[in-house]
Amino acid sequence: MADVKLIGSALSPYVLRAMIALSLKKLEYELMQEKFGEKSELLLKSNPIYKKIPVLIHHDRPICESAVIVEYIDEVWPKSGWGAILPADAYHRSLHRFWTFYIDDKWFPSLVALGKAETEEAKAEAVERVRAGLLLLDEAFVKLSEGKAFFGGDRVAYLDVMFGCFANWIKAAEMLVSVELLDEATMPALHGWAVRFREHEAVKEVMPDSGKVLEFFKILQAKWKKDAADAKN
Amino acid sequence: MAGTATEDVKVLGLALSPFVIRVRIALRLKRVEYEFVEVRFAEPKSEILVKSNPVYKKIPVLLHRGKPICESTVIVQYIDEEWTDGSGSSSILPADPFDRAIARFWAVYIDDKLLALIWALRPEKEAAKVTELTRQFRQVLGLLEEAFPECGKGKGFFGGDAVGYLDIALGSCLGWIRALEKDKSVKILDAEELPRLAEWAERFMAEESVKGLVPEADEYPKLYAAAVASQ
Repeated sequence: MADVKLIGSALSPYVLRAMIALSLKKLEYELMQEKFGEKSELLLKSNPIYKKIPVLIHHDRPICESAVIVEYIDEVWPKSGWGAILPADAYHRSLHRFWTFYIDDKWFPSLVALGKAETEEAKAEAVERVRAGLLLLDEAFVKLSEGKAFFGGDRVAYLDVMFGCFANWIKAAEMLVSVELLDEATMPALHGWAVRFREHEAVKEVMPDSGKVLEFFKILQAKWKKDAADAKN
Repeated sequence: MAGTATEDVKVLGLALSPFVIRVRIALRLKRVEYEFVEVRFAEPKSEILVKSNPVYKKIPVLLHRGKPICESTVIVQYIDEEWTDGSGSSSILPADPFDRAIARFWAVYIDDKLLALIWALRPEKEAAKVTELTRQFRQVLGLLEEAFPECGKGKGFFGGDAVGYLDIALGSCLGWIRALEKDKSVKILDAEELPRLAEWAERFMAEESVKGLVPEADEYPKLYAAAVASQ
């Protein structure tokens, strides 16, 4: 269906959310690959306010913001592929949405801060913050999974997608700083979940391996360093 | 469907918080009865707040049958999904998925840009900075002014005929906007520059579901002082 286009690159975890959702629904779409450092005409036209990826274009109408896109995909194609992404009941939906908010508001920024940390002290602090967040998410996983495989129980659901997109980012960060972040000893439940999520048929198809993510993370690091130096001048 | 004692609905919050106002408007729209529990937001925070929202310790929190729901947009969607009469007639979010996506997008934008401007402008005393922040404020509102016809499809609210998700997201900020206009002697929601929004604001504030929930402009200084006062 050239009716569905996605502007972005799988290297962006936010774009990956949309790709995983589309993969779960077994939908065909055209990936309009964005080059890092450049913004295409189509992107600027489709997301004039934020000029950011991902943008989903359906029937020539753009939808922006990854959380909005994933909910849209779930609502337009409720029964396709692996079925519903949002949980069935309102309370579970609220928990999946709350933790997604937390991830975007606090957790992922703490991972980015780890990438930006320049001194050993700053790195150590950043590692602690990332791990503290992962412990919260581990606790949430235990409660939400009720002993089953995913945040959605037996099935991959919204929070699995919205957090799972970072699975190889966590691995890449671990390689970058040579420190375990999501370690099996202190977070066995979440650790097990990450392994299972990566292996899911719909996820395997689209998730870039941690080697590629690490390469990209290093490019980002260089950019952040340069931006910080430029800001000082 | 009116709430009963067995429904056990509580809202933890303070009257001046736009985030709390959102939740109260949503509950009114669904005709759900609830207990409004004013909490201590400044340290030391109320125990019930810390226990219900350990991650953020922020208001609002909705407690339904003892279970906490946090984050205003998450709560409003919960209210919309939990109290439904099935026919969709009292729906807060639009029915069509694309319209829902647009409403959600603008709510994200409001929380990203508008709220930050409110918090920045509130304590600002330097004239040049006040002017600059006011200008940014009007620019942000300008985008919503432009989006209004498409969202509302020519009707009176962003949600069409009735107050909806985006009306709530933006309307909950009107109290602070008017308080800041008064306090800083500036025009933010300028009727000449933003005619549709100015008219919409009047309509919104006159709604049954909103009346009495948004404090008057001159109440804000006192409410704010009380909210941040340490014990």
